[in-house]
Amino acid sequence: MPFVPTTDAERAAMLARIGARSTDELFEVIPPAVRFPALDLPPGESELTIARGVRALAGANRPAADMACFLGAGAYHHYVPAAVRALTSRGEFLTSYTPYQPEISQGTLQTTFEFQSLVCDLLDMDVANAGMYDGSTALAEAVLMAERITRRSRVVLAGGVHPEYRNVVATYVAERGTELVTGDVAVVGGLLREAEPADLLDEQTACCVVQQPSFFGRISDWAALRAACDRVGALLVMVCNPLALGLLKPPGGWGTDIAVADAQPLGIAMEYGGPWVGMMATREKYVRQLPGRIAGEAYDAVGRRGYVLTLQAREQHIRREKATSNICTSQALLALHATIYLSLLGPDGLRQAAESCYQYAHYAATEIARLPGYAVLTPEPFFHEFVVRGPDSPEALNRRLLAEHLLGGLPLGRFYPALADCALYCCTEMNTRADIEKLICVLSEQS
Amino acid sequence: MTSRLNGHATAPPGSEHREPAERLPHAPEPLLSELSVAGREGQHLPAPDVPASGLPDAGLLRDGLPLPELSEPEVVRHFTRLSQLNYAVDTGFYPLGSCTMKYNPKIDDEMAALSGFAGLHPYQPAETVQGALRLMWELERALAAITGFAAVTLQPAAGAHGELTGMLMIRAHHLARGDTRRRRVLVPDSAHGTNPATAAMCGYEAVTVPSDARGNVDLTALRGLLGPDVAALMITVPSTLGLFDEHMLEVTAAVHETGALVYGDGANLNALLGIARPADLGLDVLHINLHKTFAQPHGGGGPGAGPVAVRADLEPYLPLPVVRRRPDETYDLDYIRPHSIGQVRAFGTHFGVLVRAYTYIRLLGGDGLRRVSEAAVLHANYLRAVLREWYDVPYDRPCMHEVLLSGRRQKAQGARTLDVAKRLIDYGFHPPTIYFPLVVDEALMIEPTETEAKPTLDAFIAAMAAIAVEAARAPAVLHAAPHDTPVGRLDEASAARQPVLRWRRADAPALAGTAGASAVGTAKA
Repeated sequence: MPFVPTTDAERAAMLARIGARSTDELFEVIPPAVRFPALDLPPGESELTIARGVRALAGANRPAADMACFLGAGAYHHYVPAAVRALTSRGEFLTSYTPYQPEISQGTLQTTFEFQSLVCDLLDMDVANAGMYDGSTALAEAVLMAERITRRSRVVLAGGVHPEYRNVVATYVAERGTELVTGDVAVVGGLLREAEPADLLDEQTACCVVQQPSFFGRISDWAALRAACDRVGALLVMVCNPLALGLLKPPGGWGTDIAVADAQPLGIAMEYGGPWVGMMATREKYVRQLPGRIAGEAYDAVGRRGYVLTLQAREQHIRREKATSNICTSQALLALHATIYLSLLGPDGLRQAAESCYQYAHYAATEIARLPGYAVLTPEPFFHEFVVRGPDSPEALNRRLLAEHLLGGLPLGRFYPALADCALYCCTEMNTRADIEKLICVLSEQS
Repeated sequence: MTSRLNGHATAPPGSEHREPAERLPHAPEPLLSELSVAGREGQHLPAPDVPASGLPDAGLLRDGLPLPELSEPEVVRHFTRLSQLNYAVDTGFYPLGSCTMKYNPKIDDEMAALSGFAGLHPYQPAETVQGALRLMWELERALAAITGFAAVTLQPAAGAHGELTGMLMIRAHHLARGDTRRRRVLVPDSAHGTNPATAAMCGYEAVTVPSDARGNVDLTALRGLLGPDVAALMITVPSTLGLFDEHMLEVTAAVHETGALVYGDGANLNALLGIARPADLGLDVLHINLHKTFAQPHGGGGPGAGPVAVRADLEPYLPLPVVRRRPDETYDLDYIRPHSIGQVRAFGTHFGVLVRAYTYIRLLGGDGLRRVSEAAVLHANYLRAVLREWYDVPYDRPCMHEVLLSGRRQKAQGARTLDVAKRLIDYGFHPPTIYFPLVVDEALMIEPTETEAKPTLDAFIAAMAAIAVEAARAPAVLHAAPHDTPVGRLDEASAARQPVLRWRRADAPALAGTAGASAVGTAKA
């Protein structure tokens, strides 16, 4: 058997040393009535045979990456430089584990330190952890962290925060008695209007959560909200798109207390939703409230620099029920993707990527708005997503687009019943003018 | 703009231009920020082929982006050199207890990378992702068959995330019956730290249950702690001591008699494939660490995935969404489930992890999985039988897939378990998990896994025996270990006292004065 190398002779030798007559004898502690059940599974097969079957399943899908994709809403189709895949496929990164032994784990520890540094620089924040499961759980942990810091349990969520992120927050706080207040979203005068989160704050508010750009693509000025948070002693928590930060003012620039993001746009495949990695950063004074792993600089006896896992007194393996979180397994490999991606793109490349997204989206929005019966509801300024209302149901339109090998925007009815006739469109640097012209062509056809 | 990042460039050995303030003779590899040179680029994107639109007001844009600037060859060499500083399963024996560092078939990674999987957007219409949905549905059925449970969710991102999901479902079960009195969760003293941390996240008080002298849950103590205010017992099967509880059925029956449920931590499922189904042992909920038992490559700490399996009456509480097979044998995602605990993460699952687990299970099949557990348990018992000559075995009875030793004999000779572990590095092995579980003095938790051949186990035994001799005769050599690594033992206490958590720039002084305790490379994950 390829993955169990032990031969019959080796097994016999080991059993003799153990003093057991058979392997079965090692399991006599298992209650006999439930010992050795037959598993209702097909028999194992060769790699060749199984690969054929799994390839057939892959072939039964129509991947967004192979179509002209206008679907975003938190998962984005971006270019992944070849060096990202080449380097992250190295067995030394792929098949090592949590760096419990720093002397033989400096590769993982230094890349973690570099990830933290890049997150701090990109988000303009003081300190970052080594990553969370994804952006949504990073936000849930940020809310719990804000409750710990302020000792308050009322949380304001702007209506433009991703609805699934809000759902995850609701699950995480369900048993804690947290009061969640969510801002309304309405269409006023042909444009989306979100309730002003500052109006929802009070003296009991632990934090106010906003998203930049919002779920609907909108870029906002948060200076007034920052001042409003200060007036009531609430923390400002910002969800951001890390690729957009090639262009946009970072969360630190708005005075954010806790910033979170999903790093998926930075060199990580969409992969039907995961695995990705969440970024989480905060102010220096809150570092001991951060959940998750953190790598720090350290020196050996002869003064050589290295890196270790540090500030572990926050974590579950030391503090158990008093830990900042139960998180243990990390997303180190995905953090490595983002680290390599940012190393390759650098400041100019990331700005180019962000500007391409912006330019394609604005071209597409302008052309769509010109079509009879269509309207763009996201007000300017927006980044690379915008809400489109059209003459047909978005689901029916998407079926027509799919027939032309185009993946249309996300129908919004599931999240916002009042927007059931709307869809959220997205453009990235992967789109081309030809894609957009084809989209316009299908949109302009009579249904 | 990034030139200021270069102020801390590491001089190569022998360079005469080293800054006098620098305390390092050399570092194994400079930081990206130290390699950066303004004007270099590692990737160039095409200009958009559409008419340009005006950018937002300057007040909404960033003023400078201080990222490093490197060429592609520099980036490739940097990360290749860093990779070479790592020990990995692909390079050697990695008996890290409770982490199941088995060899992972390379075909799993190739399948996960297929564009038909990796290129899928999570919000694609169901008709365009039938292969992915079918894979998830079949994986759920396979995990149900292996564990004996009725229903499975693939949502949780990791083991601890599965614990959160499972405990929220247990909470929902009690509340649905109008039972609001249950405020406490029992956790054995040998448990992994995630268990009590999870109980606390769910609003419960974690209460410790002691172990008995044979490494079982102390049944008398358990019965004394159970009562109408206990929601659940969280128990790892086999235990974190590497043992199968000799009173397993009595333990689960005692919990059920009081109306509480048994939460199973499936971190050690690698011992039980085709050996015993956890549902048959009286567990009500179980999370499965796909990254341990079902061959995920671990990636320096993750990703993993922590599917949760439950008995039939808990199925309504599964997190959203649930994969559904329709009568016409097509598949979709069901978001309309009124009793669900809700969403535990956005966008579904760690799908790439699922593809690897699915491929692995199909490669091995039911018989192959049983051979996995048989070999894993055989290997651990072989190490126990031989190493007991050199090290104390606190619970000297047949173990499951990992064997727990104590270095207390060596400690008395002047070498601590940490020293034994560091000396193993000199012999070319990754050390076992140390100082966990907490209930055993100077613990060494060794998990050989099924994928190692006997010559590897024998070489490891020889190294452990040699170290035991060194500990008795010349412990100083252990104190100085490891001897030939890119860095020696690092000062973790100073690192925690004066944390430097990011590269320093001229305008950003290092973080100082943050207190924090340092742990000694313990724990599993």
